[in-house]
Amino acid sequence: MSDSSGEKPKLSSREREERRRFLRSVAVGGVVTCAALAGWLQHKVAVAAPRLRPPGALDEDAFLAACIKCGQCVQVCPVQAIRLADLQEGVGNGVPYIAARDQACDFSCDATQCVLACPTGALSHLIDKKEQVTMGVAKLVHGDACLARQGRGFRGKARGEAFAGRLRYVDIDRWKPQAVAGRAYDVPLCDLCVRECPIKGAIALEPVSADPADPRRTPVVKASCVGCGVCEMICPAEPAAIQIVVTPTGREPKRAGS
Amino acid sequence: MSKGLLQLTREGLALLFGRTPEKPPAEAVTPEAAALLAFKKTPAERKRRKEAIAAERAEDVMSWKWRSRRWASIILLNGLFVLSFWLDLQLVEGSLTASRVLGFHMADLNSSLQLMLAHKHVVLNLVIGVTTVFLIYVIVGGRSFCSWVCPYHLLSEIAELLHLKLAEKRLVKDHELDRRLRVVLFGVFAVLAFATGFTLFETISPVGILSRALTYGTLVGLIWVALLLAVEVLWSRRFWCRYVCPVGLTYGFVGAVAPVRILYDSEKCMHEGKCRQVCLVPHVLDLTKMSYATELREPIGPDCTRCALCLDACPTGALSFDVVGITRRPPPAFAPGGPGAAGLETSAHGKADAA
Repeated sequence: MSDSSGEKPKLSSREREERRRFLRSVAVGGVVTCAALAGWLQHKVAVAAPRLRPPGALDEDAFLAACIKCGQCVQVCPVQAIRLADLQEGVGNGVPYIAARDQACDFSCDATQCVLACPTGALSHLIDKKEQVTMGVAKLVHGDACLARQGRGFRGKARGEAFAGRLRYVDIDRWKPQAVAGRAYDVPLCDLCVRECPIKGAIALEPVSADPADPRRTPVVKASCVGCGVCEMICPAEPAAIQIVVTPTGREPKRAGS
Repeated sequence: MSKGLLQLTREGLALLFGRTPEKPPAEAVTPEAAALLAFKKTPAERKRRKEAIAAERAEDVMSWKWRSRRWASIILLNGLFVLSFWLDLQLVEGSLTASRVLGFHMADLNSSLQLMLAHKHVVLNLVIGVTTVFLIYVIVGGRSFCSWVCPYHLLSEIAELLHLKLAEKRLVKDHELDRRLRVVLFGVFAVLAFATGFTLFETISPVGILSRALTYGTLVGLIWVALLLAVEVLWSRRFWCRYVCPVGLTYGFVGAVAPVRILYDSEKCMHEGKCRQVCLVPHVLDLTKMSYATELREPIGPDCTRCALCLDACPTGALSFDVVGITRRPPPAFAPGGPGAAGLETSAHGKADAA
């Protein structure tokens, strides 16, 4: 040690290494904490509408906290409507969602297998019937695209040959969901959203004018809509004329009948 | 006096929480251990040990017995998750954060803790899952999860082999961190979960990310895992498991006095130090240094993952699996009333003859 330029008392090499080690540790701790906080920030600033969550999901923030990100709901869904989000969704990483346009929740399981599978109550056990579900509400968002509003019928495969989605066609098989691409429709006035809705009376076609000769009808969503997304999946217009609107709050299931 | 359960727990937890092991004071060493140490320091014994080590170094083969068993365990358990989903076997459903094993609930302890702190509400199924997992790891030793189940551990071990290769060629250097970092981060993530109401650690936990990626194909998270592995290869050996992961700390704490453990037999030890070189948590093996042991036989502390790489590395069998109350062993030669140095001499010679 013949370095004479330094004025300060020199640290021994061991002390220097210890100091470096401490600084390294602080840096690594900071980076790891920031990485986790980035996931939180992502959620806070995300402007996009919240995802459609499986039946029984708590309000968005509570749902993200209560979900243990295990995917057991994914496993039980007979139509595999439920998928898990990935890292880009921040604190939503590993949380289940439904992309209704690709595959809606059609209650093929006779309601809420996913709720029964959930080990943490993130999907609320307060519901056990499909009518009690409140995941979202259908809304006619592209009214101009709606065939019924143009008075037009529909002939063919609802979503084309290549569409992979499945649906419970009770008239074919009550227990085995069938490929949507396997059914050819031929209707004089398009009513696919009403026809395939799994909730009785949740949607109806109503006249757009007082003229009885006017063939045009418009889909009207009723209060009993649960937001399952079957109408969004089946809508032959592109993009779907009717879509599910999700709210981050106020969707939590209430205790039924008490 | 041999150490009581309370003292073992206290010392083990102190090590787990980041204390640096120190040479024990003379009064902490039992008379038997002191007698063994005195014998080991005799010139004849030093010479014998030096020769034995030289002979052993000349061969220098490391067994893959336990490592291959462990890798098989990790691949099998994670494979069951994948196959249960893809073939609808329904054996092990879910992922490592929470699952149903043949219908029984299991829940990861750290994930559940994060969830409870964030959500501030607990349902019965989760309590059942947590209790089941808790009891398992109280028995088999908490951090067994790390080395026998965690998929990140397997990748990290491969990254470590790469790191050591590169370090040997002096292309990379291991940068040690302070082990107390893990305790700090455990606290940080607990406070963050409670304060923000989100399970922030879960977002970046490679355990959950990998487990879900395998079963459900969520691949974006693998970028983060790859980043962590790159840091381990290029900069700091096993840094995630050693200094960061609160999951490991949680399990270590739970298995503080587990009956399934690694037992160190000081009589067989040549103090060559191979075990410490391969160990993920070498501080737990500091008692294998000359004059660090206080008893003839001592269990390895709670930070030990039971990975048994030390068993693979140890040429003399001084480290072995032990189940309290089940594993039977002959009494130590240096035990009061035992044959002492003479007994050890004959057994050592016997071994040399056999070899």
